[in-house]
Amino acid sequence: MEYILLIISAVLVNNVVLVQFLGICPFLGVSNKIETSMGMGIAVIFVMSLANLVTFLIQNYVLVPLHIEFMQTITFIFVIAFLVQVVEIILKKAAPALYQALGIYLPLITTNCAVLGIAILAVQKDFNLVMSVLYAAGIAAGFTFALILMAGIREQLALADTPKGMKGFPLSLVTAGLLSLAFMGFSGIVK
Amino acid sequence: MGSIKYFTNGLLKENPTFVIVLGTCPTLAITTAAVNGLGMGAATTFVLVFSNLFISLLKNLIPDKVRIAAFILVIATFVTIVDLVMKAYTPDLYKALGIFIPLIVVNCIILGRAEAFAQKNGIWPSVLDGLGMGLGFTLAITLMGSIREILGNGSIFNIRLLSENATTILIFVLPPGAFVTYGFLIAIMNRIKLKFNI
Repeated sequence: MEYILLIISAVLVNNVVLVQFLGICPFLGVSNKIETSMGMGIAVIFVMSLANLVTFLIQNYVLVPLHIEFMQTITFIFVIAFLVQVVEIILKKAAPALYQALGIYLPLITTNCAVLGIAILAVQKDFNLVMSVLYAAGIAAGFTFALILMAGIREQLALADTPKGMKGFPLSLVTAGLLSLAFMGFSGIVK
Repeated sequence: MGSIKYFTNGLLKENPTFVIVLGTCPTLAITTAAVNGLGMGAATTFVLVFSNLFISLLKNLIPDKVRIAAFILVIATFVTIVDLVMKAYTPDLYKALGIFIPLIVVNCIILGRAEAFAQKNGIWPSVLDGLGMGLGFTLAITLMGSIREILGNGSIFNIRLLSENATTILIFVLPPGAFVTYGFLIAIMNRIKLKFNI
C-alpha cells in the first residue's frame, strides 16, 4: 500500500514538472511532437531509476561512512554524467534498436536537472533502496506523462493564430500554467 | 570603455531569463517572494563570476575532450561553497530555496557562459560577463518574485501593502501562477522588442 501511494504521489500529486519545477528545459524543448516526447520520456525513466539506484549506494556506502556528505553535489553530478555515458555505450553494443530510438535523447539527460534533483530529494527523504528506485521511476513516469500531454496540446496549438509577441515560449508557458492548474486538482489525494 | 559592453550585454540584450530563456527551473520554482529571487540571484551570480574567472584562468590547461567535465567540476566546487555558507549564515533563505541551491550546478546559464564565453576570453572580460549575466538573472527573477508576491500575497520584500484580511490572488504564489507570470513577462519583452526593433 505504501508503495502504491508513493507512486501515485510521484506521478500525479507531486508531478515533477508541473508542481516541483524540475526538468523544465527538456519539457519546453522537446515537447513539440508526441513521438519525440515518448522517446525522451522512456530514456528519462531508464536513466533516472538507474541514477537513483547508484546514488543511493554511493550515499550510504561511501559518503556517509567517510563523513563527506558535503561532497554530495559534486559526486552525484559526476556519477550521473558518467552513468549516461556508460548507458549510451552499452546500449550501442547490446541493443542497437533501442539505441537508435533513444540515442539522441541520452546526452541531453545529463543537463536534465530533474535527475540530480530527484537523487538529492530521495536522500533527503531517507528512502530505502526499493523506495528510492520506485520513487525515481514514478517521478520519471510523471515527467513523461506531462511531456506527452504538453506535446499533444502543442501539436494543435501550432495551427492556431496567436499574437506575434506570444509565439514560442510565452504560449508554451501559459499552456503549462493551465496544465499545472489541472494537476492541482490531484492535491490532497495523498498526504 | 570597450570592456563595459561585456557587462551590459547580460543585463538587457542577452538577458539570460527573458531573452535566451535559460535557467528556467529556479526562475519558476523559487520566485514565490521577492526576497527568494534576490537570494537565488546573489548565489547564482557568485557561482557565475567565480566559475567564469577560474575557467578563463585554466582555459589553456583543460584538454578540449574533457572540458565539459572540467567545467562542471569547477562549477560544483563553487556551488558547494555557496551551499555551506548559506546553510550557516542564512538558514531561513536556505530552507526556502531548498533543493534549488545544489541544483545551481545544472543551471544552464553557468555552463553556457563557460562554454560560450569564459573559455575563449581573458580574465577581466570573463569576470565582467559573469557579473552582467548574474545581475541580469537577479533583476529578472527579483522582478518576477515581486510581481508574484504583490499579487499573491499583498506584500513586497515581506513588507505588507494590504491589510491582513485583504483578499489576494492566491494562485500567483502557487505553481500555475509561476508559469503564467513568466509567460506573460516574456510576451511583454517580445512586444517591446518588436515595437522598437531592438
